[in-house]
Amino acid sequence: MMNLLISLVWIVLKVLLIALPLLGAVAYMTLAERKILAYAHVRIGPNRVGLFGLLQPLADGVKLFFKEVIIPTKANSIVFILAPIVSFATAAAAWAVIPFSPSWILANVNASLLYVLALTSLGVYGIMMAGWSSNSKYALLGAMRSTAQVVSYEIAMGFALVGVLMAADSTNLQDIVLHQQGGFWHWYWLPLLPMFIVYWISGVAETNRAPFDMAEGEAEIVAGFHVEYSGMSFAIFFLAEYANMILISALASVLFLGGWLSPFEGIPFLGPLFAFVPGIVWFFAKMGFFLFLYVWLRATFPRYRYDQIMHLGWKVLIPVTIVWIVIEGLLIQLKVAPWFN
Amino acid sequence: MIIQKLVFYVFSALLIGSSTMVIVSRQSVRAAFFLIVAFCASAVLWMLLEAEFLALLLIFVYVGAVMTLFMFVVMMLNLDKEAVQEKFVRYLPFAVVVVALMVGVLVFAVKPGHLGDLSVAMKAHHAADYSNTKVLGMLLYTRYVYAFELAAVILLIAIVASIGLTHREKSNNKRQRVVAQLEANKADRLVVITDMGVNE
Repeated sequence: MMNLLISLVWIVLKVLLIALPLLGAVAYMTLAERKILAYAHVRIGPNRVGLFGLLQPLADGVKLFFKEVIIPTKANSIVFILAPIVSFATAAAAWAVIPFSPSWILANVNASLLYVLALTSLGVYGIMMAGWSSNSKYALLGAMRSTAQVVSYEIAMGFALVGVLMAADSTNLQDIVLHQQGGFWHWYWLPLLPMFIVYWISGVAETNRAPFDMAEGEAEIVAGFHVEYSGMSFAIFFLAEYANMILISALASVLFLGGWLSPFEGIPFLGPLFAFVPGIVWFFAKMGFFLFLYVWLRATFPRYRYDQIMHLGWKVLIPVTIVWIVIEGLLIQLKVAPWFN
Repeated sequence: MIIQKLVFYVFSALLIGSSTMVIVSRQSVRAAFFLIVAFCASAVLWMLLEAEFLALLLIFVYVGAVMTLFMFVVMMLNLDKEAVQEKFVRYLPFAVVVVALMVGVLVFAVKPGHLGDLSVAMKAHHAADYSNTKVLGMLLYTRYVYAFELAAVILLIAIVASIGLTHREKSNNKRQRVVAQLEANKADRLVVITDMGVNE
């Protein structure tokens, strides 16, 4: 019984060790987004609160914390309050199986890839519950758009992941990383290039980020599913969106860019030179690249129209993944080096 | 072992309770929410049987995709509460017959003999490298390949049928036809009118 208690305390500590930096990362992701967007627009961005605006996320948090939480009279209050919680819980729970380094992983389970897929597919319920319980036309429209979009892109994303698990012969994320050992050209981005691109596009679509942000679509449906939310309940939706972005970035680096593996592995001079760098640094660097890509996309592309999103999802991404699964099967059968030997 | 039993009883109770609520609940959206809870509870029970692939697939496919679409439809329906309650008893005799039939079939089909010894199944404990996914895949593609492919074909027929039944091209469709737009030239669209009449 005592042992059980001690291991429970350890698990809680480890969870905090993941969750608290995640919240910090979310806070500074919002600042990074505003700064990068500002530079893309040739503006300065937030620079008043603290040095270079570094305390801006804190100020935003305090502001949201002291705002009144309004529950509309005709709303279904239980579901209304539950919705942001569901959104954030699913985004946070998926972090349990992400390998940060060879030994830093909270739960090294066999079916971790499926676990992540299952949890990200649950995230849409937060949006649906919010849209329905608000009892507002715009919120319902936003929820409907988001549901249709997530269901369509989940298929393409699932097929892209089938490609990864075929290549690694495992659904364990740590095994998938270990299978990519051998340096930059051994990572799965190269043999699975179409899958990588499909995964990234559907990841952006799944997080409802620009150019797939129809669920919010300020110009058309005000703010979509979270029009009626204010104060902290709105802030939690915000947190969930950014936590999801960071999660998709982490998954993309684990699945296609070798997770915590060093990019200089196997290179004569650079390899030993960078051998002292811990794996987590490479992992965060790769995640940072994808997070930058998110903001870059938002600064570059206008929003897709509804029918264009459906066209891209069903008629472009899904056929591409199906064709590449067949090609990949051939590559594996022919034992093409250096990936499938 | 105590924790496993605790988890089993808690989630079994949750499963039975939420399944009952699915039927009893008058509000269709609430019933759908309870169905989601029921799916999640049964996923936990599968997890206890070390069938992690099935458990996660249940959440991914049923909760993540099927129920999302279901909710999509249910939320769009603007059901009149009183009208639903009014008709509640109307189909009772018919419903009783259907329920009796289904229970009869279930009792006939699911005899204790078919299930094997449940106390053995609960204790099944596999090694750490046991992969439920691989075992299931091997079974599906060897022993049950015929049934598996048959199920796939039936689903495909259902897809084709539902599209065939619902998809009709409207006569007043205002869709953009890109090919027609590209093929159009000046002569099709433009007629120059001078003060002498139409200039040929």
